[in-house]
Amino acid sequence: MLKEKKKKQQSLQKRDAELANAKRQVEILSNGIFKNGELPTFANKVKETTSHFPLRPKKLEILQINVGYMCNQVCEHCHVDAGPDRKEIMTWETMEQCLEVIRNTEAHTLDLTGGAPEMNPHFRRFVEEASKAGIKDFIVRSNLTIIRANKKYYDLPDFFKKHNVHVVSSMPHWTRGKTDKQRGEGVFDLSITALQELNARGYGLPGSDLRLDLVYNPNGAYLPGDQASMEKEMKAALLEDFNIQFHSLFAITNLPIARFLDYLIASENYEDYMYQLVEAYNPAAVENVMCTNTVSISWDGYLYDCDFNQMLKLPVASKVKHIKEYNEDLLNDRNIVISQHCYGCTAGAGSSCQGAVTD
Amino acid sequence: MASNNYYDPADLRKFGKITEWSEDLGNKFFDYYGKVFEEGALTAREKALIALAVSHTEQCPYCIDAYTKDTLQRGVTKEQMMEAIHVGAAIKSGATLVHGTMMMNKVNKLEM
Repeated sequence: MLKEKKKKQQSLQKRDAELANAKRQVEILSNGIFKNGELPTFANKVKETTSHFPLRPKKLEILQINVGYMCNQVCEHCHVDAGPDRKEIMTWETMEQCLEVIRNTEAHTLDLTGGAPEMNPHFRRFVEEASKAGIKDFIVRSNLTIIRANKKYYDLPDFFKKHNVHVVSSMPHWTRGKTDKQRGEGVFDLSITALQELNARGYGLPGSDLRLDLVYNPNGAYLPGDQASMEKEMKAALLEDFNIQFHSLFAITNLPIARFLDYLIASENYEDYMYQLVEAYNPAAVENVMCTNTVSISWDGYLYDCDFNQMLKLPVASKVKHIKEYNEDLLNDRNIVISQHCYGCTAGAGSSCQGAVTD
Repeated sequence: MASNNYYDPADLRKFGKITEWSEDLGNKFFDYYGKVFEEGALTAREKALIALAVSHTEQCPYCIDAYTKDTLQRGVTKEQMMEAIHVGAAIKSGATLVHGTMMMNKVNKLEM
């Protein structure tokens, strides 16, 4: 039991688990039910049902930068396999290369993610510099508990407010049990305190320019429900129980990679989950999948079609591979790299880092 | 039959195929079914919980599989799911017991 608990507190990489290997994950997603024809590959499905094959980028709108895989939490479903034991952290040199791109890009949204981005030692300096670049929407994906994890983070709500950062945070459920099961013991109470701190600064209040959005991921091998209904439920519950307010809820589908894939296989849910994803495939969602308007930059400066491809080590199919050689026109002239995990972004109302992609 | 069991979880995926042997009736059923579960005077979530309770009173393994997943997707908690099943169980047992009045009527009629 203790051994099991300890295991849950370590990343796949630290445990030297089979699925710490990105290549192995891609193999699993390409073989089995997709190889024997039981289910169609994502490429074939897109070919059969839309005119969008090969998938091509539209106008670049979002630069998503992953500043490191280190995190104070070890969530069971994490597609990054993040945790306290991950040492991949973006250097200031790479951040400067990113800043150069941020100053010149036509993208209107900058989206910082991790791990816990706040754990990067250059995080604050980077936010200060980036906020001067005139980007319209500056998102930091904060896991909430980091704000209460250590005294040095207590002033983060003030720091976010000072730089008009749009805070997007994970809150898997409005009940303690479901949240702690997915994210670890005590996460619910700390998240509630952090949300109250953000509300106290004006974040998430009706009509406030300080945007606070929450992210919901299902707590197991099932898809998220209707985003609007979930938002209504969560708003009512958080207000009634804790007097907490927020702006929007993003319902995000768990993609079958990294720790979530590990969980699916170990719990013998993998095939059933892939069936669910394929059955819920929505051709209308293909048009707006986030890889068509986003570029993802890894901690070491390499470019990917999305954060998921980054974790699977599937780089952009472009001559431009690294932030230091960034060229928006050249980069936009590429085919998007896909595999079966992409079904996660086209299921139901579609799923992206901004939530559903269809009405 | 591919399986030695009467019930196979994989058969749930084949439910849609019932239209193949009677297209018109099958399609009419699925149109009706889909319409029933749409948001109406009751929310889709409320309907899913009713369906979960009825799945148990009907003791339909496919329905239990489907509506357990469906209610989880809609953010229903374990406590709410179990309470819904108790409602079904209470009606089931109540329905048995309330027939006791028939027995009592009959006894009262037959006995001198």
